[in-house]
Amino acid sequence: MSTESMAPVSNTDTLDDLDEFRRRAKEFLRAEVGPARASLTAGLRKLGTDEDDLREVAHDRALQRTFFDAGFAGITVPVEFGGQGLTRAHQLVLNEELEGYDYPVRLQVPTMTPCMAVLLEFGTEQQKLTHIPAILRGEELWMQFLSEPSGGSDVAGALMSAVRDGDEWVLNGSKVWTTGAWWSDWGLCLARTNWDVPKHRGLSVFIFPIDAAGIEIQRIEMLNGNMDFCQEYLDDVRVPDSDRVGGVDDGWTVGTRWMFHERMSSNSPFVTRPQELERSSLDGAALRRIARDGGISGTDAAQELVGEGEMLTLVGSALGRRVGQGMRTGTLSDQSAAIARLYGGLSLVRRNTIALELAGSAGAAWSDDDGELALRGEDFLMRQASCIGGGTTEMASNVIAERVLGMPRERALDRDVAFRDVPRGPAPEEN
Amino acid sequence: MLLEPIEDQAFLRDTTAKFLADAAPPQVLRTLRDDEAGFDEAYWRQGVELGWTSLLVSEEAGGGSVSGDGLVDLSLIAHEFGAAAAPGPLAPNAVVAGALARSGGHDEVVAGVLSGGTLVSWAIDEDAHNVAAMPRLFRFRIEGTELVLDGTKRLVESANRSDYLLVTGVTPGGITQVLVATDAAGIEIRPMHTVDLTRRFSVVTFNNVRVPLDAVVGSIDTAAEAVKLQRRQAIVIANAESVGAMQRAFDLTLEWTFDRYSFGRSLASYQAIKHRMASMKMWLEASHAIADDAAAAVAADSPRAEKLVRAAAAYIGEYGSELMQECVRFHGGIGVTYEHDLHLYLRRHTLNRALHGTPAQHRRRVAVELDLESAVS
Ligand SMILES: Cc1cc2nc3c(=O)[nH]c(=O)nc-3n(C[C@H](O)[C@H](O)[C@H](O)COP(=O)(O)OP(=O)(O)OC[C@H]3O[C@@H](n4cnc5c(N)ncnc54)[C@H](O)[C@@H]3O)c2cc1C
Repeated sequence: MSTESMAPVSNTDTLDDLDEFRRRAKEFLRAEVGPARASLTAGLRKLGTDEDDLREVAHDRALQRTFFDAGFAGITVPVEFGGQGLTRAHQLVLNEELEGYDYPVRLQVPTMTPCMAVLLEFGTEQQKLTHIPAILRGEELWMQFLSEPSGGSDVAGALMSAVRDGDEWVLNGSKVWTTGAWWSDWGLCLARTNWDVPKHRGLSVFIFPIDAAGIEIQRIEMLNGNMDFCQEYLDDVRVPDSDRVGGVDDGWTVGTRWMFHERMSSNSPFVTRPQELERSSLDGAALRRIARDGGISGTDAAQELVGEGEMLTLVGSALGRRVGQGMRTGTLSDQSAAIARLYGGLSLVRRNTIALELAGSAGAAWSDDDGELALRGEDFLMRQASCIGGGTTEMASNVIAERVLGMPRERALDRDVAFRDVPRGPAPEEN
Repeated sequence: MLLEPIEDQAFLRDTTAKFLADAAPPQVLRTLRDDEAGFDEAYWRQGVELGWTSLLVSEEAGGGSVSGDGLVDLSLIAHEFGAAAAPGPLAPNAVVAGALARSGGHDEVVAGVLSGGTLVSWAIDEDAHNVAAMPRLFRFRIEGTELVLDGTKRLVESANRSDYLLVTGVTPGGITQVLVATDAAGIEIRPMHTVDLTRRFSVVTFNNVRVPLDAVVGSIDTAAEAVKLQRRQAIVIANAESVGAMQRAFDLTLEWTFDRYSFGRSLASYQAIKHRMASMKMWLEASHAIADDAAAAVAADSPRAEKLVRAAAAYIGEYGSELMQECVRFHGGIGVTYEHDLHLYLRRHTLNRALHGTPAQHRRRVAVELDLESAVS
């Protein structure tokens, strides 16, 4: 399909246009997209076998293709790259209409944002023409090769090394905690290209297919049995210079925007998912079902917890919209995305606690016919994931304090020191 | 508070903020502690001229809003009230004026409230543990062409200064509201103690108080919906005030962390403090967001209004208190002195946290609303 045929009917942001778009979106969803899958809100649970997981991934890819063919993929992506060239308002309309419908969940984060967002901002024309239409068609699932075994919060301390060899770069090192790398296609990777300058000045960003020669993927089991976490070992992986994103040694410029796009994923103009997604993951209605299946929904104590869960959900969605609006219009700083990130992490922790409380003894042991009480104990074991993934809540707090409130930066002992000389562990004990 | 008020709203907000800064600075608030009245008549009249009591009254009835959404406009004023911990019975006068104008029939009283010459309040709550419920104990007896009021109401704001009270009670077929002059025979007003320096509440006892049937607001037995709306509006105002108070306390505290040094560096440079400030900023922005959502929902009479307004009250009540008291803590010893301004805002927030129900009570109401939603769908 040529990109021309994807041209929007109109790209003026008039109310009429939005109404017409809404009508078309409703019609498309009703005719071609089924109801929401249970797995959409399952998060990091282990649901089935590897085959089941791969079937879900294939389903997401096909669904993405359906959205693409109907003109509902890449709403805000320029037409020349296969998108619709429409506005953020159109994306919001689609997200509103999506409530209750299935959608290609695995294609959104990290593929559409931060990966595609980073490509759109820093990629070469050729990179964009090659990958963005493929992403929008569901053919390329992208992953972030950011965290390393030596440290994820100190992102700029990456040790993955890239050494130039003619027109190619040779990558060596290890990335870790990559969700879903085993079923994905491409990676966006931060690597060190210069060890003789302070850490932020010696990084570069590369892209490569995850099945490239020299990459070994090892799956990591999470404490609840989920096997989507991966560690990747890169051994002399050769990447053409044309697959470098941004300038040599200027990877931190890309990196800061990368992390910005990650933090604001819930407000991203590139993400297609139900507007009220917060709602479907342990909102008041879900918590009430737990109370009901536990036979305690009439008690004051249960009502209070259900009400708290719903309160936290409603506040989260109001806050998300406020932060989104503020960043769009410049009334809040771009760094305010960290406020919603902090809230999201803490709120989900609390809602998991409420779920465990409502589940009663089923939090300790459950049987298959315990309905909504099942798995609450296991979810509780994993509840800190919402405060770690996508950058920890401590890092979000640092951003809010330092970038939003302007409080002094933490003292860094690696500033103005060649990265090669920066301590990377406790000093060896002298004896 | 709204991130992007329209120009007229911003003007309304700014004029109130400026007026309050001049007329009710902290040193004045402190002197009002021992003043039985709680506020000064000239102050109230000037404030009323800025639109404090007219926003819930339709244009035909002499009121009018600047944005078309009077309650949202009023929430901007209430935000400034909270930020200044300002004196004066804003909520009862604005809400009762709106209620009277909607029902019709008390034009003179409405005109008086709109000019600031008449003060009104409302008498809804009856016992300490069941605030925010419909009246249960307070009954109206109909005797010929008169209604007879017998019973006790609590938390009647500025009753000592009010000319009329909108009293809610039970009649045989439902809920009824009547407007009663405070100088009617048989009314006894006893002042209550309160956490706020400038707000005044009373217990009002009605001993065989007789009013003509035409004192009924709306019609007999049919006031339940009107009462619900009044309560929602009052909570919206209380929420906005609380968020204003939180904003002021937060701003004072942020500044303080930069100015106060310990161990050779500013408090603001310690991560323990920075992370707590980040949490407070999160509570603050979340409170702004949910307060605005609730105000808009009540203004639009959305089916989600009750749920949102209760969720907002629960969240702001609970997390706002955390914020306020962390502010006190970060000020160290000076934070618990009468001399420092912080407690003015802590008081206002604490008052509002309890006035229309506790956070736990509001959370239970949120759950009840959820149950109703699912029964409908
Ligand atoms: C569900 C999930 C999915 C993930 N998906 C991906 C992915 O797809 N790709 C990817 O690259 N990574 C992914 N991650 C990794 C994630 O980004 C990192 O785990 C995270 O950034 C934390 O890094 P770390 O694990 O190295 O912890 P560390 O950086 O070692 O931090 C350990 C602890 O110290 C705290 N800490 C560190 N520095 C500071 C500081 N300056 N001030 C205060 N506290 C500090 C941290 O907050 C944390 O509590 C995922 C993680 C999870 C849980």
